[in-house]
Amino acid sequence: MTVRLWFNPLRPKTELQRRTVTGYLFIAPFILGFLLWFLIPALTAIWLTFTDWNLIRAPRFVGVDNITQLGKDPLFLQSLKVTTIFTLFSVPVSLVASFILALLMDTKVRGIGVFRTIYYLPSIVPAVASAVLWAWIFNTDFGLANVALRWLGLPKIQWLQSPDWALPALIVMSLWGLGASMVIYLAGLQGIPDVFYEAAEIDGAGRWAKLWNVTIPLLSPVIFFNLIIGIIGTFQVFTAGYLITDGGPQNSTLFYVLYLYRNAFEFLRMGYSAALAWVLFFVIMALTLFVFKYVGGMVHYEDT
Amino acid sequence: MSRVDNYPVTQQPVSAIGASSASSRLIANLRNEEWRWSAVTLVVLVVGAFVMALPFLWLLSSSLKLERMIFIFPPQWIPNPVRFQNYVDALTYKPFGTYIANTLWIVLLNEIAIVGSASFCAYGFARIRFPGRDAWFGIVLATMMVPYFVLMIPQFVIFSRLGWTDSYLPLTVPFFFGGGAFNIFLLRQFFRTLPPELADAARIDGCDEFGIYWRIFMPLAKPALITVGIFTFLNGWNDFIGPLLYINSPDKFTVAIGLATFRSIMRTRWDLLMAASTAMILPVLVLFFFAQRYFIQGIVLSGLKG
Repeated sequence: MTVRLWFNPLRPKTELQRRTVTGYLFIAPFILGFLLWFLIPALTAIWLTFTDWNLIRAPRFVGVDNITQLGKDPLFLQSLKVTTIFTLFSVPVSLVASFILALLMDTKVRGIGVFRTIYYLPSIVPAVASAVLWAWIFNTDFGLANVALRWLGLPKIQWLQSPDWALPALIVMSLWGLGASMVIYLAGLQGIPDVFYEAAEIDGAGRWAKLWNVTIPLLSPVIFFNLIIGIIGTFQVFTAGYLITDGGPQNSTLFYVLYLYRNAFEFLRMGYSAALAWVLFFVIMALTLFVFKYVGGMVHYEDT
Repeated sequence: MSRVDNYPVTQQPVSAIGASSASSRLIANLRNEEWRWSAVTLVVLVVGAFVMALPFLWLLSSSLKLERMIFIFPPQWIPNPVRFQNYVDALTYKPFGTYIANTLWIVLLNEIAIVGSASFCAYGFARIRFPGRDAWFGIVLATMMVPYFVLMIPQFVIFSRLGWTDSYLPLTVPFFFGGGAFNIFLLRQFFRTLPPELADAARIDGCDEFGIYWRIFMPLAKPALITVGIFTFLNGWNDFIGPLLYINSPDKFTVAIGLATFRSIMRTRWDLLMAASTAMILPVLVLFFFAQRYFIQGIVLSGLKG
């Protein structure tokens, strides 16, 4: 098939030309938006990376200074560390817990919908309201967290005032939202046809054998999806660190995007924050590719 | 795993075939095991649900307490006296009515922009075959992978150059251009589930492509459009970083910014802070209860079908 690329779009002659014109008309808003709000900003970000600019004075070209500065910036390394620790705890715990919950909830028992709702609701609570609520929960003298410790016979913890406990507190808070991945698992579980379980039972598979040989392989794309979404999400945690702890105490909750925000809008170092943004981009890209390469190999896709 | 409802093996009427005492003992064990599993499942779910619900109960309880009753340890779970006045005090101390109106205005514009333009683009991607389509759709998927914070700074630079700061333009105008990659993706998935014969029939009747999109596919896509509309509401209502960057004048604040500011003024008035937070959470919960199935549909459409 030969496609004539160049023709007068106002006077399409063939069926293919007609479809090409209408097709591009339909996706034109996206193409325009992509150019205006994506490509131009991306190019601007490249340019910003090589400049020193505080939004007021004229931008000054500084070469790779912003990039070399990264290695000498202890707060950059601190923010990477904080974000990495947060991800390393929050993502796996949430991934496993929400998977177990989904398995337990994948029954048609009456009243199960109430449980689904209770587990799901926290994940749609607005981030600001959630931050205000959890700031109160982690209040040292009167907060719910220390009430719970008292039930367990444990001493009070200075959650948000202690550099050792502030980040764990925010990790606990993030787990409140695990309902989001739970419902994704549930949707996946309900997509597994019963015949697979029936076949496994005929082969004499017990509960665990069915879990390992049917459920987990068939659900692996969903697990994989939740893993990647989880990593991308935790690398962009902003509101909790900004509103509850303001990055403290002693920068123990200085999340990466919070540090990026501060550089841009508090220190007005647009060039340096653009460099930080590129690092974020490449870190997330690298993690996604890593996950694809080393975990993706274990993912089982149905041939359909 | 725990398909407790099915009892696949145990409910067979084995005795009718003439079961030996050994096999009937096995059946009894199986039955027992099923029962034990259901019990364990129930206990885990109930304890978990209690833990998940506790912050909500804490929020509600704190929001209805007298100021001095807040600072009692261990706390009273049932407020005595119950003080609904907290809600009035909290929502009038700062003009939350204005914030709500502002937020709803932004959300309304976003709804028009996103539902309109995302469905338009999605139709092109789903139902028209033209050279370059798949490449462009690849770009749609690629832009979905790029984190917001990567482009936040250059976008801010561009919007401030355009003189758009301290207005709702940066929070609304971009959505008129495609309505977000994720929404295009979601609606395209839905359009592809509809039978193409519908379009063929209309085409024979002389309907043009826009007519097919508007008169045939849009009415059929109502469930998916409602799903997109709900998530648009949630994103607009919950958005914090957007208004934080672009809105400066207090009379233009959204609920999220209003609550954050309220928090920085009322450091220890947890009763009022909890009342204001409840007020911000409530519309989201109400929406969920009225539109549960659309939430679930959004999840199913977004991730799981190629």
